[in-house]
Amino acid sequence: MQKNVLIVVATFSLLLMGCPPKTETGGAAGGGGGEVLVGEYGSLTGSEATFGQSTHNGIMMAVDEVNAAGGVGGRRIKVLTEDDQSKAEEAANVVTKLISQNNVVAVLGEVASSNSLAAAPIAQSNKIPMITPSSTNPSVTEKGDYIFRMCFLDSYQGEAMANYLTKDLKIKTAGLLIDVKSDYSTGLAQFFEKAFLAGGGRIVGRQSYAKGDNDFKSQLTALRSSNPQILYVPGYYNDIGQIAIQARDLGMKQPLVGGDGWESPKLIEIGGKALEGCFYSNHYFAGDPAPSVKNFVDQYKERYGQTPDALAALGYDAAKVLADAIKRAGKTDGPALRDAIASTKGFSGVTGSITLGPDRNPVGKKLVIVEVRNGQLALKGSVDAAGDSTSAAAPAAAPAATTTTTTTGTTGS
Amino acid sequence: MEALLQNLLNGIAAGSIYALIALGYTMVYGILKLINFAHGDIFMLGSFTGYYAGRWVTGKNPGETPGLASAALVMLIAMLVCGLFGYLNERIAYRPLRNAPRIASLITAIGVSFFLEYGGQMVFGPDPKFFPTLVEKKIINFGVVTTTNYQLIVLAVALVFMGLLQFIVYGTKFGRAMRAVSFNYETASLMGIPTDRVISTTFVIGSMLAAVAGILYGLSYPKIDPLMGIMPGLKAFVAAVLGGIGNVPGAVVGGLIIGIVESFVGGSSWSNYRDAIAFIILIAILLFRPAGLFGKYQPEKV
Repeated sequence: MQKNVLIVVATFSLLLMGCPPKTETGGAAGGGGGEVLVGEYGSLTGSEATFGQSTHNGIMMAVDEVNAAGGVGGRRIKVLTEDDQSKAEEAANVVTKLISQNNVVAVLGEVASSNSLAAAPIAQSNKIPMITPSSTNPSVTEKGDYIFRMCFLDSYQGEAMANYLTKDLKIKTAGLLIDVKSDYSTGLAQFFEKAFLAGGGRIVGRQSYAKGDNDFKSQLTALRSSNPQILYVPGYYNDIGQIAIQARDLGMKQPLVGGDGWESPKLIEIGGKALEGCFYSNHYFAGDPAPSVKNFVDQYKERYGQTPDALAALGYDAAKVLADAIKRAGKTDGPALRDAIASTKGFSGVTGSITLGPDRNPVGKKLVIVEVRNGQLALKGSVDAAGDSTSAAAPAAAPAATTTTTTTGTTGS
Repeated sequence: MEALLQNLLNGIAAGSIYALIALGYTMVYGILKLINFAHGDIFMLGSFTGYYAGRWVTGKNPGETPGLASAALVMLIAMLVCGLFGYLNERIAYRPLRNAPRIASLITAIGVSFFLEYGGQMVFGPDPKFFPTLVEKKIINFGVVTTTNYQLIVLAVALVFMGLLQFIVYGTKFGRAMRAVSFNYETASLMGIPTDRVISTTFVIGSMLAAVAGILYGLSYPKIDPLMGIMPGLKAFVAAVLGGIGNVPGAVVGGLIIGIVESFVGGSSWSNYRDAIAFIILIAILLFRPAGLFGKYQPEKV
């Protein structure tokens, strides 16, 4: 018995001894020499897998472009990617690993706000800058002065959609269906509700579900009885399709309305016909004729064989902004890099011109409203950078619908 | 009233799927006193087999919805595949541990469960997939209640298979052997019952029922992913315990209770606590009836 204990202790100490050298090699690569190590964490597997995969594709494309153009100050950027399985606790683990074992100079990630919120305090306490490409919950960047973001906030997104509904579509009543397990969903619903009420609308029904549920019929049955004009469902794409199908099964005809969490090539694949006429607010529209967007979309299609979604575009922008900041800082220690990122001004990205404000959020980003039309995504309207006025694409401007994105069914990937 | 009936109907449809999974738990427990935690993942495997078989079937006549005959074919394929997996599962993972302490089999079951979940993520990919439409969906209105032909199919198929199982267990020679093994493993083997074969067949039948549940689930909730078996598996386990684990009608009643309760809780302002309430009911029932609703309480002889 005692012998066994000894063996176990010996094995563990061997394992422990085996670790430090690995860390040191990582440190050497990060500190001086040839490569700049950047960490990326994302939902490459799990329920929000397309978020992580799209973001990863965007980041890799940006980094390859930077490296092909000579890198940053003559050094190549190397991205170390970790999968957090769409779980907040895993996000905290892998970011700790990236920072303490791999000694990365900065961290990129995540999409889901809950996961970014779990990782942000770790980056902050280690004084390693973190850029979230697409977490929209306001509290993410409130975690500290090392946390930045590339996208608009839920306060803006929720308000813009509420104004669009009350002012442009003259909608009076809405039902809410909220994912209570997600900081993103609860936050966005709050901002939406506040603005919707302020705009003269009424919330006639409110129900909740938890991420991972598959049966929404009971909640929808309750919402059906209050008969709202629209259903605001600020959830993630993998639940939306099911919610739409089950709503139609119950005979509900209202359009579902949501936020950027809907953005995924899987959305229409899962929801199909049930999503017809539903719409959501988003960061960019792949059919946008602007040259910066078109260029990006073409190159992305050539490289990955599918249309980039907003998360790919934001991942791309985040990596480009980081590379630009490393270049300007000239060094990679945390505080210097932080200051360089914070002073990003007028950076021309795919999702618009990026200027970071004092709260480390971008100022004046545009917002588009995307509709599912004939099984494809089409531009329904857009909100200009000022954010207070909503300019809907008038029916006359409907030819813009020719610029529809084809949602490539990436099955079996 | 309207919401009441609607929730009741939805609950019965969801509950009959739980019941089919619960049957697999209860059969294996009845015969081996083993909680086969991998059962929920066999259910997932059934859905995925249905996904690939369904795509094959729909691929043959693109543009057309296959119809009931093809759906039956898909179900048969899924049952065969899951039956095979159930057999292998028992043969490779549990049989070598037949005489080991029961806790060893239990931990092995958890291991098999993880193996299938994460192996599934590797083989099928981690992202959710859309279960193909095997039968054209029709919306049916019964006065104030709206249903779909899917819900009716789920009910009918579940009833047929439950009846079939009842017949196998109580009406055939094999069923008698099964009950004998469940009653006393050693005595049964002394009486010349091929216990290993009986146990294997029990696993195969349980897994086939899980495959049926997987197909019905895929039809009703067409988003499937490799981790989809965890929650329904857990709830079906609760259903089996609720009805009295080891008891076949108990599993069916337990499944229906869980389904209906969930449906009602989900439609109330307590909807956040839907999963918790399933477990609270379990605890409450076990406080008053430790062996479940239909189980016989047998103090263990030490």
